[in-house]
Amino acid sequence: VSRTLLLVGTRKGCFVLESDADRQDWSVRGPYCESWPVYHAVHDAESGAMYAAAASEWHGSAVWRSADLGETWELSSAGLAYGEDGERKVSKVSSLAVAGGRVLVGAEAPGIFESGDGGETWSLLTTLAGQPGSEAWDDPANQPPGHLGISALTTDAADPSRFWAIVQGVGLFETTDFAETWTPRNRGLRADWPREHEEVGFCVHRFVRSPTDPERMYQQNHVGVHRSDDCGHSWVEITDGLPSEFGFAAAAHPHDRDTFYVIPLDPGHARCMPEGQAAVWRTRDAGESWQRLDRGLPQRDAHLGVLRAAMTVDPYDVPGVYFGTSTGQVFASADEGESWRELAGYLPPVWSVEVAVVE
Amino acid sequence: VTVAELRLPPTLTPLFRDLPRRLDVDAPTVDAAIEELDRAWPGVRDRLCEPGPVLRQHIHVYVDRERAALETPIGAASRVDVIAAISGG
Repeated sequence: VSRTLLLVGTRKGCFVLESDADRQDWSVRGPYCESWPVYHAVHDAESGAMYAAAASEWHGSAVWRSADLGETWELSSAGLAYGEDGERKVSKVSSLAVAGGRVLVGAEAPGIFESGDGGETWSLLTTLAGQPGSEAWDDPANQPPGHLGISALTTDAADPSRFWAIVQGVGLFETTDFAETWTPRNRGLRADWPREHEEVGFCVHRFVRSPTDPERMYQQNHVGVHRSDDCGHSWVEITDGLPSEFGFAAAAHPHDRDTFYVIPLDPGHARCMPEGQAAVWRTRDAGESWQRLDRGLPQRDAHLGVLRAAMTVDPYDVPGVYFGTSTGQVFASADEGESWRELAGYLPPVWSVEVAVVE
Repeated sequence: VTVAELRLPPTLTPLFRDLPRRLDVDAPTVDAAIEELDRAWPGVRDRLCEPGPVLRQHIHVYVDRERAALETPIGAASRVDVIAAISGG
């Protein structure tokens, strides 16, 4: 019997929501990780471990790990530092990825640490030194709000030496040699502000890759939704038809490369779903047209924000879609977004939602 | 022999098996006391200090009610309070 597990990272700990393959009845457990602020929590299908990237205002950054699907957790920060002199600090760990038996964690100031022993010890893999923009991104005056540093890591199931990293407020970078060298992948993106470098200066909020077509990628940018058909080498804008060019979260359909989900938000101070009406938007034709999906979502006085890592899709034949809000609700659809229900209403502010299906 | 009474904040003790809120330490400075703790509970130092090394920004240590740093001496029968020192909801 399949178990469906949602890993929900919140400002006050990690929660696990659990159901079966039907995804109708859900239980909620947590908070875990001693209620530390959890920026991202993931499941490693290979080892069965869960990891949570967390940063306590008092006790610093650490990666928590669980070998029993979230029932018990331990933490480690051994090696999670840029050096003994303290000149360059890890203010938080904000993004996780697993591939080929290694765990990667993205940090602020921007850098990526790796663990080859399941999160017991860490070592610095890269700071992307020398990449355009790196000369300025350690300066606190240049840091975007939230200061996530490496705000996302995306691994490649077929090639463990290849992955993508987003430097918040700078852009998307790809490595094909496990972080020895990097290439900015931002050509064709829009930016409505002056930029110092041709290749960077873009505000990539969320980047996803189609599981069925490795060349097909999507991103929700600060200004616009974009698609790539050549593995990120070039991008075209597909915002037309959406109520806002702004948003954070995005998700790709597991079986159809042309189906992709976003949650448009008011781009002003609110950064909530427009008009107090909750909706997810879906394209089934790679961005040619968009449909508003709102059945079962609140349509009055629902000023909901959804952050960059807080929407995901499960791998079932009829995929489920999930998102968490910055006011602590988790919503789910078991039918590709056609209809929705609330799974939890009073969690702490949600920062990340990931899904795992285990036997 | 310096035997000081060390009091730890409630946010720290759940992170380490059997770490008590109050314990005796035999150490000449705050830094040495944290080293002694770290030998018994590996990883404690990282939760209280950051590279420099310095005490973490919001970890405040008092020796006999005076604000202390890592190098602050601990006297015989001193009381050392480690406080997780920010407010917020």
